[in-house]
Formats: sequence, structure tokens, C-alpha cells
Amino acid sequence: MYDIEKIYQAKDVSDAIAALAADPDAVVICGGSDVLVKIREGKLAGCSLVSIHGLSELAGVRMEDDGTIVIGPATTFAHVTHDPVIERHLPALGAAVDQAGGPQLRNIGTIGGNVCNGVTSADSASTLLTLNALLELTGPDGRRTVPLCDFYRGPGKVDLAHGELLTAIRIAKADYEGFGGHYIKYAQRNAMDIATLGCAVHVKLDAEKRAVEELRLAFGVAAPTPVRCHAAEQAACGKAVSTELFDAVSEAAAGEVNPRTSWRASRAFRMQLVRELSRRALKQAIIHAGGAVSC
Amino acid sequence: MGVGSRAIRVDACEKVTGGAKYTDDLRPANCLVAKVVRSTVANGRVKAFDLAAALAVPGVVKIVTCFDAPPFEFPTAGHPWSTEAAHQDVADRRLLNERVRIWGDDIAAVIAENEVAAARAARLVRVEYEEYPVVLTPQEAMAPGAPVLHDARPDNVLAHTSFKIGEGGYEEAAAAPGLRIVEGTYETQTVQHCHIEEPVCYAYMEKGRVVVVSSTQIPHIVRRVCSQATGLPFGKIRVIKPYIGGGFGNKQEVLYEPLAAFLTTQAGGRPVEIELSREETFAFTRVRHAIDFSLKTAVRPDGRLVARRYEAYSNQGGYASHGHSIAANASNAYRHLYQDEQVLDADTYTVYTNIASGGAMRGYGIPQANFAMEAHMDDVARAIGMDPIDLRVKNCMRQGYVDPGTGITCYTSGLLGCLDQGKKHIGWDEKRKAYANQTGDVRRGVGMAMFSYKTGVYPISLETASARLVLNQDGTAQLQMGATEIGQGADTVFTQMAAETIGFRDEDIHIVSTQDTDVTPFDTGAYASRQTYVSGMALKKAAKVFRARILDYAEFMLKRAAGAMDIRESWIVDAESGERLLSMADLAIESFYSLTNSVHITAEETNHCKSNTFSFGACFAEIEVDIPLGKIEVLNIINVHDSGMLINPALAEAQVHGGMSMGLGYALGEQLRYDAKGRPLNNNLLDYKLPTSMDTPELHAAFVETDDPSAPYGNKSLGEPPAIPVAPAIRNALLHATGVAVNSLPLTPQKLVEAFAAAGMIASWEG
Repeated sequence: MYDIEKIYQAKDVSDAIAALAADPDAVVICGGSDVLVKIREGKLAGCSLVSIHGLSELAGVRMEDDGTIVIGPATTFAHVTHDPVIERHLPALGAAVDQAGGPQLRNIGTIGGNVCNGVTSADSASTLLTLNALLELTGPDGRRTVPLCDFYRGPGKVDLAHGELLTAIRIAKADYEGFGGHYIKYAQRNAMDIATLGCAVHVKLDAEKRAVEELRLAFGVAAPTPVRCHAAEQAACGKAVSTELFDAVSEAAAGEVNPRTSWRASRAFRMQLVRELSRRALKQAIIHAGGAVSC
Repeated sequence: MGVGSRAIRVDACEKVTGGAKYTDDLRPANCLVAKVVRSTVANGRVKAFDLAAALAVPGVVKIVTCFDAPPFEFPTAGHPWSTEAAHQDVADRRLLNERVRIWGDDIAAVIAENEVAAARAARLVRVEYEEYPVVLTPQEAMAPGAPVLHDARPDNVLAHTSFKIGEGGYEEAAAAPGLRIVEGTYETQTVQHCHIEEPVCYAYMEKGRVVVVSSTQIPHIVRRVCSQATGLPFGKIRVIKPYIGGGFGNKQEVLYEPLAAFLTTQAGGRPVEIELSREETFAFTRVRHAIDFSLKTAVRPDGRLVARRYEAYSNQGGYASHGHSIAANASNAYRHLYQDEQVLDADTYTVYTNIASGGAMRGYGIPQANFAMEAHMDDVARAIGMDPIDLRVKNCMRQGYVDPGTGITCYTSGLLGCLDQGKKHIGWDEKRKAYANQTGDVRRGVGMAMFSYKTGVYPISLETASARLVLNQDGTAQLQMGATEIGQGADTVFTQMAAETIGFRDEDIHIVSTQDTDVTPFDTGAYASRQTYVSGMALKKAAKVFRARILDYAEFMLKRAAGAMDIRESWIVDAESGERLLSMADLAIESFYSLTNSVHITAEETNHCKSNTFSFGACFAEIEVDIPLGKIEVLNIINVHDSGMLINPALAEAQVHGGMSMGLGYALGEQLRYDAKGRPLNNNLLDYKLPTSMDTPELHAAFVETDDPSAPYGNKSLGEPPAIPVAPAIRNALLHATGVAVNSLPLTPQKLVEAFAAAGMIASWEG
């Protein structure tokens, strides 16, 4: 039995925003895979909820005329993975969110909830960072757009005011076209687990598929929030696919992250994972981008 | 049909269709719920409560605190009672404790109309404590100046026992020339059972008596402990056990039944239910003891064990529960499997600390001892350059062995056959060679471990069981066992045994799954892998009497000598020709309604079992290790068991699969962890790494059947053993793959990476 004081099912986005504005303590619920856990634990016991579950304007994936891909935040992980636009253009993102929890969770948990939660271990976050995702936020005063990298303000903290909703995740054509991507979730179990470290890569190769034209590398759980590794990306630029490339990326990435020691894993162990997973994810991404790796 | 068939479980249809009723399904409509208020210090004393805010929550009926609870201290272990005070379980806790010894200790209970009100009120109870320093390990608890947890044990040592087999001392024997000395320390971790159904019970009053319905393995013991905890006489308490969703030993413990029994008396006899959450189950019920071992072995270069020294420190947690029985059982197993030329010298300590209390869990101390023993045997083999299996075979128990401590005799042993099958399945000889000198980041290895296990608790403790058979008018019969179905398939194998001995078809036996202490014959319950052996004996005895009574009645009806007839396929037949003479339905209806000779044919027998026997087995595993990431993948794994004759091979395989799964979790991921204050860190199924189906390789099970003469049907223990040898087999495969000996469980990635780094195998390590 869940301790919920009251719940309001919004009719549409503006109704949800109005309901939130009217109740300063209300909490947004969509899939509920995080909120219900917190209610059960007692952290949110007795809360008031505004539900955006089932609002069709927030769900689904579409492509705009200029090739921009727009992901509705209420799209479940399973629907993201199996969406034809995602399968064709953003397969690494589809594969990344397919590693969250288990089938039940992926059928109810949403990509927007995963982002707005603000946790560093979110399975969608590091891949979305490598895609330069833009977030469209809608509030009582209208819409604004925030790059995902600026959205994170600290552990569990995001740039989202009470009464504001994430209404779209946008990825421009230039940020995915020609890129090959890969995400490695490192966890103790192969399912139903939280990442000890997540490593996402998107890479674009030169015309001959022999050298890196552009690299994007991001980690989850390597810092208080998901982080990009710009120095490692710079170090890779123009380098041939070679041992030197992987060493350079691995070394540079290790210098950019700041994992902490917790009872779940030590800083040293996470640093080892950063070094090793950056190599392995980059190799796989190069293969997905049409390159070959022999080292 | 009968013993040895792959009969479908008698409860299969009910369980898969949801028809089977478990405790919570049965709770009455007017049931109140109780929520336990838990201490937020791990060591201290409750000084005062402020209940005002909690009592103001709508729906709260009553709050009972440790200051209102009955004064009786009681034991909670699911052991048979002993009428000799010296052998009784330690009584060291009350229904609600003023002196708290673990974080989350039971200090008060809120009774409310519903769960939400109870939980809200429990959060609002304010408590004032006197706080003491916390000790989390035996080492800390035994250090000079450590806080005393129980006044009766000022050194925190619940018990210390020693034994010596052979002459002289270890040091003296080991000093002889020409011996290799191998020493090692081995650590096992705290784990929890993770049965699917959480502990749940409710109690109500009826005609001045208290009725307790509970998810338990041991209904008759629950009645005794409810009496001891509340002061009510045995006869005023009735315990009912419906279907249960697993126990693995955590429900071989009296958990919250006595509190529920007390709370209903505080609520005018209305039903009161206590159902724990998963988080509470992890942290506040029972765990498998973490035991640390220090082992020394003196061995001849040819592999003969000359002398061994064994020292074990078992982390008991806050309360005695099964206490020293478990660590003592572990040390006995160390004695049983291998024999020394000269001496084995053993010391075992069980020590109170401020973590969750250690209790019974599948294997009862042997998974811990087996990890240490079998890891150490591989270390010994490595030190003298011998094949690990050859070393074991040279020193292991053979048929005819008599344990000097208990007199338990090895009547049958299929152990060497188990080793042969395991070696063949895993490709031992080829792979031990092929994987000997690998380089690179990913390496493979094969490893094994073997064990012996007792069957029941004789002669350490009482073994008694009873069974009842009752004939129906249509020639079928009810079978009532004091022994319990806990998911392991007991009802099915008892049905097969009864059918076998009486001569009935399986479907003509209706087993009564529910135990009700008002009507069910006495048996101490499901634990110690005892029921097919001990309760099987009582059942066989009752079935023989039942069969004789049926044949006597056939003699009356057919005017033929009972001795010349037999019962087959539920028919009275001519013993020689097999000719069908009388159907059981015709016999039964006459026996009920005969105007000249009516009799209700029943049989009820108790059997006091005074024997025990060893079962055996081995696990063989092939693994692949990803060194930079610290990951082990199990490529192939098999358990081969000698559990005597199998009553039901299909259920036996299922039992082995379940045990192997538990062993894999113990090997690779599971560990209940605490912060410095004794607060549990990962008491949930996300952070406690129970393996999922995605982490589980195909599990192979095989058997070497021996016909044990001490057993009712040639059978020996099987319930617990499959969980025992998996962890050391994987540890030994890791040693083979990498040359790195990791001596503490679980073999988690970080621990492995740290060990590989220490061995110079990870260049970039910055730890």
C-alpha cells in the first residue's frame, strides 16, 4: 500500500503546469519507476502527485524536416529502443536505454524521467551528452531550450523549476549523421543493476575510415553528474586508428574525470574502469562508424 | 509411480494457477497490521519514548513499547528443545528490547487499522537512547575494552570449543623433517537467504487461545517459542502453517510470531498481522554467519596430510539465534572429509557483534568451512605441485569411516564416482594442461571443490518425526506429516513414499499440506536436509502399519490369509500370481459401513531416529576472467551428487539447480554490508547483488546413486548440499586461470582488480 495523499491526472501539458503551479509541494509522476520507489521508502510518503502519464503529446519519436530527431520525454525505454527512427539513426542510444533495469522497468520507465532525475548513473544520460542533446522545457512563462550539458547542476539537481516540464529532447542532424556510437554499462550484474560506471562514445571517421575526425566521449558515475571529456576528444582529433589513439584517449579521459570512493566502488577502481572502458567503447564505436580495429 | 519416478509435483497446478494459499492470502478481513519500530542505534539502551505525535495518526489503535512487553527472555533457534538445561538454546532477547544490540532492533510496535497509518505512526515515534560504541567483527568484539553486548558473556564470546583428533600437537607434528607447511587465511561474508516470500504471520484469539498463522518451516517449534516468549502455556497456542514461499533456514527460526501472538492479546483478540518488507527481511531477520578461518597444514611431498590446524571466528551478530551450533558444525565438516596421518587440532569461536544475527542458512556453516577448506586444499596442491584432485583422493573419507566425535558412519560413498563424472564433464585433464601458461587480458581456468554432508542432526540433537494415514470411503487416503513442504517438494516425495510402501497409486494419496499444531502429528520441521530421511522413516513405519491393517481387513472380507496377499496399484492382489482380488474402493466402503465389522482404518506412528549418514558431491567449473575489468564469466558448471537413491530425480535436479544458483551468488556477488555505525548499507535487491537469470549459466546436475542401508528408501541428504561446493570451485578456477589466490568471498570485480594489480597484472592501476 503506497502512502499517497492525492494524485491529479493532467489532461495535457498546460493542465499539468497549471496543476503544479497551484500546488507548490506537488511531485510530477510519469512512469513512476523512481517516484513510487521513493514513496515506498518513505522519502516521498504522503506526497501529492501530478501525473503526466499517458499524455500523448509527450510520447513518441519523430523527425523534423531538417533531420532533427525529437524524442518525447514520456517515451518509455522500450519504445525508444524499438522506434524505427532511433533504430536507424541513433542505434547507440536505443541500445543504451535497453540496459536500464529489466524488461518491466523498461516498459514503464521513461527517458525524460531518467534525465530529469539528475542522477549520474542514468543509462540514457552519457549517450545523450555525446549527441549534444537539447532539452525543451515548458513552464508557466513559456518555453526555453537548455543544452543537456548545462542542465545538470549537481548530484540529483537539474535546471528545472517547480511548474516546469521537460517537453522534448532534441538532437540535430549534424550531431548524429555520420557518427558511430557505443555505450558500455559496467555493473556487477548483467541485468537489474545500477551502473558502476557508464561510458558512451560517438565517433566520426575520415573519408577513408582510418582516422578520427570527431570524437565525443562521456561518462556516468565518473563525477557527481554525467560528464563529457573534451580534452580526450581533442586528443583523438585527426589521430589514426591505432594503439596511440586508444592510449591517448584513455590517458586524457583519466585526467578529466573525478569519481569518488563510495561503499559501492573505490575511486581507484572507477579510474581503472574509465581507462579500460574508454578504449573498449571507442573500439566498438569505430567499428559501428565503419572503421576497422586491429590493435 | 512410487519412489524413483519423475512424478509431477502434487502442488504444481495450484501453484502455477495461483490457487495455492499463502499466509497473507488467508488474512482475515478485520485484520489489524503491526509495524515494528526499530532502533536507530546499533548498540545502546532505550531511555524514553515520545509517542504523542504517533498516537495522533488516524487509524492507530495502540503502540506497545519495550517497557510494556513481557519480561521473558527466550531463544529463537528452530532447534528441537532439550529438557536438559545445559543443552538448551541461549535465551538472550525479549519480544521488544530496551537494551538494543543491532541497528534496527525491535523496540516498539504500532498496531493500526492499515499499513499506511502504521508506517506513518512508526516514523513519528520519538526515541531517546543511551548510545554505546559499536563492534562489527569478532576481532573488534574480542579486543580488550570492547563494549559488552550481553552481561552473561563479558568477553562477547558466545562460545569457544576445541577438539583434537589424533596424538600430540600440530606444531610438534609439523616440525618433523621433510614436510611442506602451507598456511592461509580465508574469509567468508555475511549473506541473506532472499526467499521470495518475506516473513509474514498473523495472530488472533479464539476461545481464550491464541492462533498464529505463519510462513514458517517449523510450526511445532513456533508453538513452543511463542509459549516461552509470552508466558502462555503450550496448549493455549495453536500454530498453522500454510504454503510458504521459501525459507532456506531463515524460517527455521522463530521471527515475529511471538510478537504477533502478544499483540493480539493487546488488541482484544483481533487479528494482527506482521509482514516484513524486503529491506526489513535483509537487515532484521537472520543472515548466514561470516566466518574467518586461519588454516595450517603439514603435508608430505607425496600429498599425504600429516597434521592440520584449524581456527575459526564466527560473527554471531547481536543475538544468539542458532549460535555456536553453526560454527561447530563447520569445524566438524573440516574433520570429516579429510583425515590426517597424525593430528587435527581445532578451535572455534562464536562472537557477539552489532550486526544482524546469524542463523540457519542452507548448509549450516558448511558453505563457509568448505570455501576455506577447499581453497586451502588447492593451495596445498599448488605448493607441492600435485593435481588438486589427486591430493583430495589421497586423503578423503572412504566407506566405513566412523567420525570419532559423533560416531556417524559412512555407510555408502559415491564420492569418487562424483569426481570421475565431474572430471569428464569439464574436460579436467586436458584443460588443466591447456590453461596452465596463459598470457593476455582474458584467461580461462578450471577448478573444483568437493564436500561431505550429514543427513539430519543426530546425535547432536533429537531426531523425531511422525506420520498419519487415514483411509477414505473410496479407497484413497489422507497423509498427514508433521514435516513441512517449504517449496522443496516434500509433499510430492512423501506422496511417492507412501504410495510405494502401501502399494497405492500416487494419485490415491492425498497429502495434507497444511500443518496445524492442534491436529498435525509432531515433527520438528524442515531443516538439516532431514525430512526424506528422518520423516521418511516415520512415514514408512506408519505406511507399513496402514498396509497391514488393510490386508487384515482383506483377510476378513476374502477369507484368505493376509500374508498371501499384497497391495499393488491400489488393488488387493494374490501375492504370488498378482491376480486382482478386491479393489481398494470396495474394501474401504465395507470397512466403513460393515454391519458386523466396521472399522476406520488409520495408522499413526512416531519414529525416534537414531542414525545419520553422509552424502557427498563435487562442483566443477570452467571460467573466463577479464583481468582489466575484474569480471568472471562461468562458461561451464556441474554439480555431481551422491545423495543416495533419488526419490524423485526431476525434483532432485531442481534442488541442485537452486543450490548452484545460491552458490554462484555466494561466490561472485552477494554480501550484506554495514557502515561504521552498524547501519546496513545494501539491504535491498538492487544493491545486494543476488544473481539474475542473465548472470546464470546453464546449470548441469548429475548423480551417483548409492543405496544407503540406514535410510528408509536408500536416500541421503540433498536439500542443502548443492549450495556448498560452488564458491570454492570458482575460486580455484580463478587460481588456475591467473595464478592469483583470492581468499575472501565474494569474488567481486573490485576485489579481483585489486588482487590482479597487486600481482602486477594491471599496469595503469593507481590505487
